[in-house]
Amino acid sequence: MAEPGTTDSILDIENLKVNFYTYEGVVRAIDEISFGLANGETLGIVGETGCGKSVTVLSILNLILPPGKIEDGTILYHENDSPVNLVEQSDEFMRAIRGNEISMIFQEAGNALNPVLSINRQVSESFLLHRQEELCTLVLKNIEKNLQKKRWPGLLLRYQKAKYTGKLRKARGNNLQYGRYGRLLKRQATELSIKLLESLGIPNPSEVILRYPHELSGGMQQRVVISMALACNPSILIADEPTSNLDVTIQAQILTLIEELKDKYRSSILFITHDLGVVSEIANRVIVLYAGTLVEFARVRELFKKPLHPYTRALLRSVPTPGKNGRLESIRGNVPNLLNPPSGCRFHPRCPEAMEICTQQKPALYVRKDRDGEKHMVACFLYKE
Amino acid sequence: MTCNETEARVLSELLEIQNLKTYYPIRSGVIQTTKNYVRAVDDVSLILVKGECLGLVGESGCGKTTLGKTLLRLEKPSAGAVYFNSEENGGGKLLDITTFSGNRLKQLRKRMQIVFQDPTTSLNPRMLIKNIIGEGITIYNLARGREKIDRVAELLNSVGLNRDHMMRYPHEFSGGQRQRIAIARALSTKPDFVILDEPTSALDVSVQAQILNLLIDLKNEYNLTYLFITHHLLVVEHISDRIAVMYLGKIVEISRTKTLFAGALHPYTIALLSAIPYPDPDIRRKRIILTGDVPNPIDPPEGCRFHPRCWLAVERCRIEEPLLEDAGDGHFVACHRKDDLAAEYHTHRYRR
Repeated sequence: MAEPGTTDSILDIENLKVNFYTYEGVVRAIDEISFGLANGETLGIVGETGCGKSVTVLSILNLILPPGKIEDGTILYHENDSPVNLVEQSDEFMRAIRGNEISMIFQEAGNALNPVLSINRQVSESFLLHRQEELCTLVLKNIEKNLQKKRWPGLLLRYQKAKYTGKLRKARGNNLQYGRYGRLLKRQATELSIKLLESLGIPNPSEVILRYPHELSGGMQQRVVISMALACNPSILIADEPTSNLDVTIQAQILTLIEELKDKYRSSILFITHDLGVVSEIANRVIVLYAGTLVEFARVRELFKKPLHPYTRALLRSVPTPGKNGRLESIRGNVPNLLNPPSGCRFHPRCPEAMEICTQQKPALYVRKDRDGEKHMVACFLYKE
Repeated sequence: MTCNETEARVLSELLEIQNLKTYYPIRSGVIQTTKNYVRAVDDVSLILVKGECLGLVGESGCGKTTLGKTLLRLEKPSAGAVYFNSEENGGGKLLDITTFSGNRLKQLRKRMQIVFQDPTTSLNPRMLIKNIIGEGITIYNLARGREKIDRVAELLNSVGLNRDHMMRYPHEFSGGQRQRIAIARALSTKPDFVILDEPTSALDVSVQAQILNLLIDLKNEYNLTYLFITHHLLVVEHISDRIAVMYLGKIVEISRTKTLFAGALHPYTIALLSAIPYPDPDIRRKRIILTGDVPNPIDPPEGCRFHPRCWLAVERCRIEEPLLEDAGDGHFVACHRKDDLAAEYHTHRYRR
């Protein structure tokens, strides 16, 4: 398991701070969050509405739009052993990363898909943008085959060969190209898309690909969105509540699918959810966020069996579990307004174990060891050594 | 369920639904002839006992909400009867409310209320909380002037808010507080029967716990009967005495909560239970993955409606529609293969 700074991790976030400048004042959405995503793990991010789950992952992709701004911090992406700070990169560089090396499954598949474009256009897009070289090679291979068979018309085939050789040369020079792609290139991308949809268990993919999003059910839409994210075999897959609007039986299908795909593509997954049940099933390690701060970071079993932070403990007790009757324990009070968050520990007004120091100082992340010697980090003065 | 119940049972009944159907016509063509129907609720029979909480579970589009709305006469039933034990209308008699209209219907609605799913859309943004909660009181002439204000304050207190909140607008409240206001509004006419249509699905877990606790307290305090509509099985397990599972307009299984969680007899219920993510990493169950989606209720499959997705389906399931049969101790199930399932079930245990 990785720690920020070790070579084992693929993504390191340090002291990330995101503010939103609204008319009412500065919303401190993320306040100094640090964590690392290890190679090949599934990291769950849990928290209530407005705790900054989505803002965290959007800042990884540099998708925070004004009035939001990444104030401080580094997001190191370890690509080919040379870390890149994603916060400082140009838009052009980020476009080459997005959907290619880091891709995202958005919440509410129905809204994430463009209603006026066919599934084909939307799934092929990632191939056309990021896999031109591969597509050109495939197209040329086809042309070559036809030339060898002396298919008619030879002149056209030779013209096409010249055209796509030129395209291939261009594609090698530059990762991104805009403009016309050419018929054969699109056709090749469609073929790849059909194969991809098939691997996601969509029945009859060559027919589905011609349809529009509204013709598909919620579960199918979600599969299409997942296929778009997986098209370029990303090294990091960010899933932002991929199952929260689906029925339980469809949710089970999607969760099983994501687990299978993780084994197949060896991606690292950042899985955001507010459902503690889902996170306990899918994640290896879990981050708990509260009001824009990281409160606890541990392996999933440790977190559910021995939660340390008072917020995590209260959160786990408030979930209805089978066989537990009577009243549920709830957390008193409400989530604070981030326009002027509480001083010190942001949880202290609702915390049953709040001390004098909690109101004055922000707790650091204290590191504890769990039974197997793995790190269990918690931001609470109760655990100050 | 049939109505051949003992006299004592009839007295304790609050609501009895008999073969209720709600169809929505699909019209097309120039003269708008009815081509087909969406069979949202298809032949549902149920009994609700006074003071109980019945959970109604099912996937989206299975007709849960339509059933709830039909009970309140917010939708017009196409066939069947709903008998309501209304104390005001003749003392302890069950009356068919599908025939009610005008003033009788108005008086009936005082006794049955609903809390909607999303409190941000179910509260009028331009009305003060005082008026939102007081509207029912005014309409039924329950109180006036200072007395009405006191009543509203009392209702706000009972849902955990206070008098100061009266002169505010809905947008000034958080999601959980808005749902509390919606609950106070439902209670303003002192109903016997409250339909809760996914009251916690738009809320966070910690707030959900507060609302569930509140609902349990209010039920005991005001002696209410709940119909709790939800798709979240762990929530329904916590609050309900009995659970009815609905699939494509039909009730497929109904039983006491404990019996259902310990030994469900319908394959659909078992698949549903196996699909719940438990917040405990030690419980690793074999998820039963149902293939495909819920079929279209315009053209439901013949025979058992679940057969295209059922892993136990045999020839008989494709031809003959199973009826709700008693499996003992108030456990009713509509499945041809429920006896085979009892053995099969142990290989598919959903919990340790």
